[in-house]
Amino acid sequence: MVTESDESRRDFLTLATGAVGAAGVAGAAWPFVKSWSPSADVLSQATTEVDVSGLAPGQMITVPWQGKPVFVLRRTPAQIEAARKADGETLPDPAKDADRTKKPEYLVVLALCTHLGCVPQPIGTGNFGGFLCPCHGSHYDTSGRIRQGPAPKNLPVPHYEFKDEKTLVIGKV
Amino acid sequence: MSKIMEWVDERLPVTELLKSQATEYPTPKNLNYWWNFGSLALLVLIIMIATGLFLAMHYKADANQSFDVVEHIMRDVNFGWLLRYAHANGASFFFLVVYVHILRGMYYGSYRKPREILWWFGIIIFFMMMGTAFMGYVLPWGQMSYWGAAVITNLMSAIPVIGEELVIWIWGGFSVGDPTLNRFFALHFLLPLVIFGVVILHLWALHAVHSNNPDGIDVHDEKDTLPFHPYYTVKDLYGYGVFMIVFCVFVFYAPNFFLEPDNYIPANPMQTPAHIVPEWYFLPFYAILRSIDFLGSFSKLAGVLAMVGAIMILFILPFLDRSPVRSFRYRPLSRQLFWIFVVDCVVLGWVGYNPADAAIFNGALPLIVVGRTCTAIYFGYFFVLWAITAFDIEKHQPVPKSI
Repeated sequence: MVTESDESRRDFLTLATGAVGAAGVAGAAWPFVKSWSPSADVLSQATTEVDVSGLAPGQMITVPWQGKPVFVLRRTPAQIEAARKADGETLPDPAKDADRTKKPEYLVVLALCTHLGCVPQPIGTGNFGGFLCPCHGSHYDTSGRIRQGPAPKNLPVPHYEFKDEKTLVIGKV
Repeated sequence: MSKIMEWVDERLPVTELLKSQATEYPTPKNLNYWWNFGSLALLVLIIMIATGLFLAMHYKADANQSFDVVEHIMRDVNFGWLLRYAHANGASFFFLVVYVHILRGMYYGSYRKPREILWWFGIIIFFMMMGTAFMGYVLPWGQMSYWGAAVITNLMSAIPVIGEELVIWIWGGFSVGDPTLNRFFALHFLLPLVIFGVVILHLWALHAVHSNNPDGIDVHDEKDTLPFHPYYTVKDLYGYGVFMIVFCVFVFYAPNFFLEPDNYIPANPMQTPAHIVPEWYFLPFYAILRSIDFLGSFSKLAGVLAMVGAIMILFILPFLDRSPVRSFRYRPLSRQLFWIFVVDCVVLGWVGYNPADAAIFNGALPLIVVGRTCTAIYFGYFFVLWAITAFDIEKHQPVPKSI
């Protein structure tokens, strides 16, 4: 005969078995899930060295870093001034131009629109003398800050250092 | 022969299943041609799986090789051009057929009680189709493939807190790349088989509650129905014939009509094409995504939510529609709403096709405004349909007593 205590005992055992099974499946799933994360060879492409000595004022190059494009712009005094002037305005993602550059002359930004990751067009295409993203019409200024359009954030500044006068190293060494 | 079938039937009741679910399956006698599109969708699914399987035998998923290997299929493989063109155009026709199928369900109230689960399986199939089509489009590794993948995967980054990590996880790197291409190929191969499984569930749910019909009324007795075979087998076959004529015109005479010229340029992660457009079947949803740009830093997440919500809202449609009558044939207000909705979807598609900063009437009307209005109308359809049926605003016309 099945008593009430037997039934609750059985319920408990069913529940416990289910819980152990679920934990086991979750544990076994982890290696599968983790296999999608960047592999060691992808992680190893962490830095890019760029020779900036050939850049004329106003000239911009696009360099690959971790498979992503990075804009390196040698800014003209006018472009620097435009960026500094906008410091005082109300910006969607407030940031001082001085905090976004290590040397005012060089702007180094990740060239991926913060909306949906398109590559913005080169300097001078946007409404604020900066970059226009062609996909959904986001305008960035000469400091790579978002000024107009759907993108929520400024173009990110990757970690970079000047190894010497002419060598720029993007990424953490 | 009959002896063999007897032997089999004793062990597996094949004859009984065929009789009850196919040949003698009772089907409403008044189904119109809009009811052909379910079986047409099945035909296209079979074409896609067949051509896809054989394409996979020649394809290589590799960021350095995929673009070339697709051209190899086109130029060197025997009938490779036919396999690929049938597959690429098949995707467009799959969505065309399924959109008609969905709209038919919306017009004749096929989502209403007791067909909610049948309707939900359909939406799940539609969702998986979108995922499959998206990942398939990435495989030729052209410019549109690459940047389409970049834009769509970046949608995930809108998710708060985990978004950025999630995108890197999906990419298997810091941008769309070789690992992304490989996993998309694997999933593009798997998902259609899963879709096939859900199609079986869809049919099971259909056969449990039986077909709706243009009058939207319940079947009473045998006088209302016809056996599926030969009446609807022959009608479906006729539909197949008409469909194949149209399909073949595109495959053989305009195979690149639906394809983007930019996708014949190899993927270049350093340069985005000046004008990215998704395939036509995603355009209305793409327009909804872009139309939310007035919420500052919240715009991106809101756009993604609106786009996903545009499909998700279909799940609750059975509960929004409170009318005592299923078919819009007898619901004058709903009928007008329906056609506004259809036109709205077409306009959204047109907005999605144009550049984000385009304008019409000599720049007097920015398209973004049109897009926002149409997005409001899209969601408005569901709200107004609920309002006019929940508050008895709509007076329905007399409904026939029987088919």
